[in-house]
Amino acid sequence: MTKKIKNLNLNFGPQHPAAHGVLRLILELDGEVVEKADPHIGLLHRGTEKLIENKTYMQAVPYFDRLDYVAPMNQEHAFALAVEKILDIDVPIRAQLIRVMFCEIGRILSHILNVTTQALDVGALTPSLWGFEERETLMTFYERASGSRLHANYFRAGGVHQDLPAGLETDIAKFCETFPKIINDLENLLTDNRIFKQRNVDIGVVTKEDALDYSFSGVMIRGSGVPWDLRKSQPYDCYNQLEFKIPVGKNGDCYDRYLCRIEEMKESVKIIKQCLSKMEKGPIKTFDGKITPPSKKDIKQSMEALIHHFKLFTEGYRVPKDEIYTAVEAPKGEFGVYLISDGSSKPYKCKIRAPGFSHLQSMDYLIKGHMLADVPAVLGSLDIVFGEVDR
Amino acid sequence: MNNLIDLEKKINSELGTKINTSEIKHNQIYLEIDSEDLIDVVLFVKTNKDTKFRQLIDITVVDYPERSKRFKIVYLFLSHEFNQRMILSYDISENEVIASLTPIFPSANWMEREVFDMYGVSFKDHPDLRRILTDYGFEGHPLRKDFPLTGHTEVRYSEDQKKVVNEPVKLEQNYRNFDYESPWEGTKYIKELTDSNDKKN
Repeated sequence: MTKKIKNLNLNFGPQHPAAHGVLRLILELDGEVVEKADPHIGLLHRGTEKLIENKTYMQAVPYFDRLDYVAPMNQEHAFALAVEKILDIDVPIRAQLIRVMFCEIGRILSHILNVTTQALDVGALTPSLWGFEERETLMTFYERASGSRLHANYFRAGGVHQDLPAGLETDIAKFCETFPKIINDLENLLTDNRIFKQRNVDIGVVTKEDALDYSFSGVMIRGSGVPWDLRKSQPYDCYNQLEFKIPVGKNGDCYDRYLCRIEEMKESVKIIKQCLSKMEKGPIKTFDGKITPPSKKDIKQSMEALIHHFKLFTEGYRVPKDEIYTAVEAPKGEFGVYLISDGSSKPYKCKIRAPGFSHLQSMDYLIKGHMLADVPAVLGSLDIVFGEVDR
Repeated sequence: MNNLIDLEKKINSELGTKINTSEIKHNQIYLEIDSEDLIDVVLFVKTNKDTKFRQLIDITVVDYPERSKRFKIVYLFLSHEFNQRMILSYDISENEVIASLTPIFPSANWMEREVFDMYGVSFKDHPDLRRILTDYGFEGHPLRKDFPLTGHTEVRYSEDQKKVVNEPVKLEQNYRNFDYESPWEGTKYIKELTDSNDKKN
């Protein structure tokens, strides 16, 4: 008697704690081995690009917060840089330092979340409790600078919206002293942990060649041993004046990517410290009155300032006809904005290049031949946030 | 090639007639080609030892409804070796089917699916051309300029039918696109409104 064996199809998600959002993953299983993975995305699609086409350049900024919502300001940075390049305006040094500092805070925010939830996915609860406390501290810094914990809407073309409040710089400096100890604590829990290593070493291995072919960037490509970081190779704002190292992995597995993220957090702390030591009093946005709104004081006294204010918040500033692609090194990889302006005050086209999109695409290639239990580990180390994958 | 000017020369001399225009701005090289030359050009820039654009960053489309060749297809490439970026583009008309880059760059798979979903551009020999970001059973191509911002259908849970239903969008107030740029000529939507009223009368 012969028995017919059929592969089992399993629906993972759309609501699953280890799916890191709303991912529907259709897995084809042969016993416990995954034969094929078909990710269904788009459950969080909000039409960001379409909305941006219908908004002025200033109104488009908040949409970038909502992409990768664990590191909002890094996305705003890409858009601000793109507009600045087309308008050809210079950003005052204090504004550059503030932006870089908050981008690194964003990187720490994102990496804490990723490292600790990956640990959670493979069975460790404590790191996430410790990590989220630090995230809360960092988000208070966001709140004190921009008024909002998550959706900051803080970066502008030509600088930042407002100056840092009194005392924030000293508090961030204090955080830089205490935070390395927390990273050490996390490392004590995870780096040599037998269970953590069993679940991550040699899982989801990406070779150098495949990392290039699958358009990987950020930690995903560095974990495979390609020393590539846009902060070093194509420096933007004041990154070329700062000293930091780029951690590179060796084996390209989940464990190496975890190590890269831990090291990157340490480097980020160094960058924040350097920004703080370089920071001096000065303007925080460009003086060009056709781009920067006037101060409240000026509006009360000058008719021209009032007109500028009115025009900037109704029509918005006009951006000359151009086509540009600008990318920044977001915590998850290369985040880019392809912008086409047509001379009006709204972008004609704004394509957002999200790193998570190409990373998630490789899920089928990464998971083929692994066990079902490895799916959350691989997914966790891809560092997926659905805000940016689905846009 | 270590600088963009040499790269532009190299590409122009090697590919010759296949390149329609080339330009360097914003530290990037912009190339325009014909749709049928896509595979040749991409294979050349990927494999040649002086270009090595090994990474496809993104594929996107720009919609110009007033042109006869309506869509401009844009490919963004990155070369790690030489730290250069290239933007490759060509124009196609609405019903043209173009070649897929999936055999050359596996990452083109989802990017082309997104282009198909958002703009309705079809690809020849694509292994798996399905919608990707929009809902199951969605109709239309949302990023086309003639697709309304509010969409055509809205979704709600129907207590009678005990399921989620799609219905035509009903707005309490029409979407108003304020035209702040020409306050003296009257805003566009009011002009359209008066024009249509005139026609009715």
